Amino acid sequence: MKISYQKLEDNLISNMRQVIYRYLTSTSLFFGFLFLLLFSNSVFSQEGDAAAGKTLYNANCAACHRLDKPMTGPALRYVEKRLSEEEGLDREWLYSWIRNSAGMIKSGDPYSVRIYNEWNQVAMNAFPQLSDTDIDNILAYTAQEPPAPVVAEVPVGGGGGETSGVSEKLILGALAVLFALLAMALILVRQTLKRFADAKGVVIEETKSTPIWKAFVQNQFLVLVTAIFFLLASGYYVYGYFMQVGIDQGYMPVQPIHYSHKIHAGDNAIDCNYCHSSARVSKHSGIPSLNVCMNCHKAIGEVAESTATAEYSKDFYDGEIQKLYAAVGWDEATQSYTGKTQPVKWVRIHNLPDFAYFNHSQHVSVAGIECQTCHGPVEEMEIMYQHSPLTMGWCINCHRETNVKVEDNAYYTKIHEELSKKYGVEELTAAQMGGLECGKCHY
Amino acid sequence: MSSNKKYWKSVEELNENSSIVETLKQNEFVEQIPTDDFLGDKDSLEASSTTRRDFLKYVGFSTAAASLAACEGPVIKSIPYVVQPEEIIPGVANYYATAIADGYDFASILVKTREGRPIKIENNTLSAANGIANARVNASVLGLYDNLRVKGPKKDGASISWEALNEAVVTQLNKLQGSDKQIVFLTQTFASPSTNKLVGEFAEKYPNAKHVVYDAISQSAALDAYQAKYGARGFANYNFAEATIIVSVGADFLGDWQGGGFDSGYAQGRIPKNGKMSRHIQFESNMSLSGANADKRVPLTPSQQKAALAKLYSYLVGSSVSASLPEHIDAAVKSAAAALKKAGCNAVVVSGIDDINAQTVVLEINSYLNSKAFDPETTIKTRQGNDKEVQALIADMTAGKVGALIMSGVNPIYTLPNALDFSVGLAKVDMTVAFSLKEDETSSNCQYIAAAPHYLESWGDVELKKGHFALMQPTIRPLFDTKQFQEALLAWLGKDGTYHDYIKETWNTTILNGSSFSDALHDGVFVSESKTVTSQEGTTANEAATSNEIAPASSSDALRALAASVKSSDGLELALYTKTGLGDGQQANNPWLQEFPDPITRTSWDNYLTVSKSDAENFGLVNKNVANGGLNGSYVNVTVNGTVIENVPVIIQPGQAKGSVGLAFGYGRTAGLKEEMKTGVNAYSFYHNFKSTQSVTIEKVSGEHEFACVQLHNTLMGRGDIIKETTLEIFNTKDKNVWNKMPMVSLNHIETPVTSPDVDLWDSFDRSIGHHFNLSIDLNACTGCGACVIACHAENNVPVVGKTEMRRSRDMHWLRIDRYYSSNESLTADITEKQDSKGLGLGNYVFGDRQGDGSLSTFERLEEASDNPEVVFQPVMCQHCNHAPCETVCPVAATVHGRQGQNQMAYNRCVGTRYCANNCPYKVRRFNWFLYSQNDEFDYFMNDDLGRMVLNPDVTVRSRGVMEKCSFCIQKTQKTILDAKRDGREIKDGEFQTACSAACGNGAMVFGDINDKESEIAKLKADDRMYHLLEYVGTKPNVIYHTKVRNTTEV
Repeated sequence: MKISYQKLEDNLISNMRQVIYRYLTSTSLFFGFLFLLLFSNSVFSQEGDAAAGKTLYNANCAACHRLDKPMTGPALRYVEKRLSEEEGLDREWLYSWIRNSAGMIKSGDPYSVRIYNEWNQVAMNAFPQLSDTDIDNILAYTAQEPPAPVVAEVPVGGGGGETSGVSEKLILGALAVLFALLAMALILVRQTLKRFADAKGVVIEETKSTPIWKAFVQNQFLVLVTAIFFLLASGYYVYGYFMQVGIDQGYMPVQPIHYSHKIHAGDNAIDCNYCHSSARVSKHSGIPSLNVCMNCHKAIGEVAESTATAEYSKDFYDGEIQKLYAAVGWDEATQSYTGKTQPVKWVRIHNLPDFAYFNHSQHVSVAGIECQTCHGPVEEMEIMYQHSPLTMGWCINCHRETNVKVEDNAYYTKIHEELSKKYGVEELTAAQMGGLECGKCHY
Repeated sequence: MSSNKKYWKSVEELNENSSIVETLKQNEFVEQIPTDDFLGDKDSLEASSTTRRDFLKYVGFSTAAASLAACEGPVIKSIPYVVQPEEIIPGVANYYATAIADGYDFASILVKTREGRPIKIENNTLSAANGIANARVNASVLGLYDNLRVKGPKKDGASISWEALNEAVVTQLNKLQGSDKQIVFLTQTFASPSTNKLVGEFAEKYPNAKHVVYDAISQSAALDAYQAKYGARGFANYNFAEATIIVSVGADFLGDWQGGGFDSGYAQGRIPKNGKMSRHIQFESNMSLSGANADKRVPLTPSQQKAALAKLYSYLVGSSVSASLPEHIDAAVKSAAAALKKAGCNAVVVSGIDDINAQTVVLEINSYLNSKAFDPETTIKTRQGNDKEVQALIADMTAGKVGALIMSGVNPIYTLPNALDFSVGLAKVDMTVAFSLKEDETSSNCQYIAAAPHYLESWGDVELKKGHFALMQPTIRPLFDTKQFQEALLAWLGKDGTYHDYIKETWNTTILNGSSFSDALHDGVFVSESKTVTSQEGTTANEAATSNEIAPASSSDALRALAASVKSSDGLELALYTKTGLGDGQQANNPWLQEFPDPITRTSWDNYLTVSKSDAENFGLVNKNVANGGLNGSYVNVTVNGTVIENVPVIIQPGQAKGSVGLAFGYGRTAGLKEEMKTGVNAYSFYHNFKSTQSVTIEKVSGEHEFACVQLHNTLMGRGDIIKETTLEIFNTKDKNVWNKMPMVSLNHIETPVTSPDVDLWDSFDRSIGHHFNLSIDLNACTGCGACVIACHAENNVPVVGKTEMRRSRDMHWLRIDRYYSSNESLTADITEKQDSKGLGLGNYVFGDRQGDGSLSTFERLEEASDNPEVVFQPVMCQHCNHAPCETVCPVAATVHGRQGQNQMAYNRCVGTRYCANNCPYKVRRFNWFLYSQNDEFDYFMNDDLGRMVLNPDVTVRSRGVMEKCSFCIQKTQKTILDAKRDGREIKDGEFQTACSAACGNGAMVFGDINDKESEIAKLKADDRMYHLLEYVGTKPNVIYHTKVRNTTEV
């Protein structure tokens, strides 16, 4: 036992060493890049602040341009260099293009016209508010070298995860060892005592008692009580089993596209109703159609490095976005729809029986209930699951406890006034408003 | 002590040596028991490798596996749109204004769609023209999802592509260009300006093209008469709301007379206001809806109708005619003439006699009266057919003069009396193309079937009346590979653009006069201010041809001709009519309409010969109620002019004129419909010369027909608490307590009203807070048209159960319209007779003398309907009693009361004891004896994926073994409330609707919240005419009725 413990400890230390080592390499690499970048900056664009350029770029350009991939407009990395080398155009051309591209097209500038036609005749917005320095800064940013893929971070996370697992095992192992030692000690003590007794000549009498199971069988009362106990217990469990038939609390099916509510609703804090827009006006919350996804994902073709977790790598998430593109028929290379679509067959998680009527808009728009009240911490769910039991008892309980939101709703003014007088209360629950009647949900 | 007695089985046992005794000792059974018969073939059983034990193992395992599998919920997939259309939100209904124009029914309507599927037809309240959506229009949405529709173009039964069809047609047309053979379009009445223009353009390119318009049920006589007098082909418009005296001679103007749609105006005038209401006198042979609603109904044979009309004219205008009538009819005509004279311009006369002279006389009378209700300016254009041209076409076809026949919206081989001639001619036409929804009798005999779209998938425009236009727009993408007639015509003419573009262009240039097309499309209707004649182009040529033939007869000539044409026939006269359900038979494959009980006979799934009681006695014809609760009737063979239909079932119809019989069109279809829908006999084969009256001989044959009749008891037996009725005179002069008395009960020997809380078993709840729904039904305004029945059917996913189940009274209609006949001449006389009965009168009863005034004889007499009864309709649905008897007997509390007044039914809680149905005094609860959905035993519409698309997603489809009933359309009231909550506003009066109240354009049904004191329903509840059905039971219903008032004032 001791040996194994030692081994574990060794492992741990070596692991830690590895981590430290990797971390060191990555930092040194990073510094190297930084150095390189600084150097390259000084080579290509002496004027211009790349950091300020990044802010400006994100504010003005990122909606249509990416650095390394074409989007609505062309990729912009090394744009200045490319233009001067391939087309012989200088920075002055860029200034005037950025400030008024439409004017340049109109004036018949050959490259302007060509690029306008090349990009589906979508004119670039004019940015007259950008000063020369601003544009310089942006160009400085676009002239930066792409950062090398960071490899070190993922294993660090993985290592962290392992250590917590190891520590649990460690404690368990230690406890096991402790108990084994105790047991051994007790046996040793007994042996020693016996030896003492032998030595002193004390004879320990082994009393002949009936075995415990025989005694149990002979005690009819005890048998009866136990039988009743078992019957009740089994009845309880059988009842419990049957009562959960058809209740799918915790139902977490595998979906055709791994859609993470955690990333969308949690990390990016997108409002639920942005995608589930019909929840405001319809009985259905609605599974968003794919064109809603494309509102953002036209521009977001891959996830950020920081999105990746131990369980799901960046490649995995990017692959899922590719599934979306395949379904909606989006060609990333040409930035256009192919028209070949393949609707996604999602697995429905929240299923009410056909004879129960539920209306989302009543709860979302009228009552103003948070989605999380019924759907749980969706913003933390990597994989969506059914949070609530969705049983009638659960509905009814909430109706009994929740007050109706009557403020600023002319519909409720009269009925609230009369009912609250009748019941002698200030606030009315949904139940008092008639929310327990069968016909409100079953028709 | 055991007995020593010895029992002998037979004397044989005395003989000890008998072999028989020995054999019997060994074998218990004399004959071999036929075990093999029910165990199956022994050899093959033994040859099987499966032993009995194995078999039991399999059974055991499969049962266990099945029960285990049942514990797992199914995986439900949800597939959202890739690109969601902007206007569609799943779960929210969209409404589109469109129009139906199938050649028989024309109406401007709203279509409710859910997730892109049309699921219900509603009234377009913006439309003033042509009334409301009738029962057939309401049911037409189901036709869209008919699985027997033609799913693509066909040539000789094999599927082809539209390109191939178009190419073949164009080749043939070009071949015919300039030849002496005709190109003929045989179509329904489109009444469409764009179609007329398009056909006109076609005729320009192909001068030998001809357009023949054919109405299955001809209105040629009325059209010709109107055309001769006013120049245009159509009908005069009538607004019965303006009339105080309505005299109808054989016109069922509440039914399908001249295109129908007059009932809203009629109903307005029937509600007594300021002590006044219209008086309606009906002369007719068959009992029609109009006759049933009349204040005075005079039964007379079709030939007597002509005489009566001639006499009416002579009494009114003063000229003399030589027509003789029985005395009582003559007196009735005289009094009608006097009433007309007195009312002057407030009177109106209509007639349905199939005779140009009769129609001319009617036009004359109305212009003589200068009737306010008569509007010859606003020509109704929904019938354009011409019999003579159809017959000429058949002659041309037979003579081989027709090179191409293109049909749309017609089914002549079914609807023509001389269908055989047509088939012969059809074979001689070089190319035959039929635009059809179905492989029906005609299209299956054509070379090409051009699969036509349903009207809910088509573009179109209609000029319902002069200046009143309606637009038709698709509400769903075509389900099948279909093209409409006009679209194909555009393709054949080599025109670019769609029919939609063509309509838009036509409207912008000729109709809209600067108004927006989008607005017109949004509203579905457009009324042109100038009322310019725009749609005449296509038909002018034809009209000119026909109008030459019609001599513009002067009124006196017409009158003389009319009187001369009265033949005193000795035999029976047949009056062919159309039923509210099937109409001309286009929708014969629509199970909602087949199951719809006829308003008059309350019989579904059949047509039949209606016979008067005395004629039935003469011929020995019987109707009887048999032990299983069904109605059986005799069969007759019917012969008209050499055409025989065998085994026509007979219904004895109270009110049928002696010497006349009736038979409905629309039944007896043989092709393009499901086996269950092939009901009845084809009355079109009697439609000789397109005359709806024929002389007929009938002959009783053996056998009994099983009807699916849902009302076996036809009279009220003097029970004035079911239908309260009074006359206008009493209504105006007497106190409410005289004609609408509250029932009293004795409490401590004091007469107390039953509504008093002191005599009630139950405590009342306070319902003054929130909404409290009531439904008001005005028996004066209800014409019995049945639009509400079908609307309820569509809204609430009511299943169709079929003929045999209907016969067992297992119909599922949540709303029924009871029809009662009086036993005496009037219902009030019944009540008097009942009250005047003295004692039991056993003596008279035993001796079979039903003349005595004992109650036994009286009740037996009262069971029999009169020869000319008063008729009354009463829609009955769940009364939503505040003190509901059904609620107290439910052992599982599946039916409970809501605060808003509804009696709620929780299907998932119901265990099907049926106690509630037994305890319901109104018999409105319906039990699901079977699983009607997804069950091929009920092959109507719920068993295929296409048919189920019509189901309302907001209403549960009930399963076997549960009770169901009217819910006051709680899904609709809940939606209204939710909309108001979301908008944060109060609900206005009129927003709450049920399917039936929304479908009722007559104002007979009004739904609303009585806690809103300003609402219409609150006023109706306070009205003097208000009463509750079976008030004395003390159920406190939330459905209120209004006493029927009849205007019996004679002049």
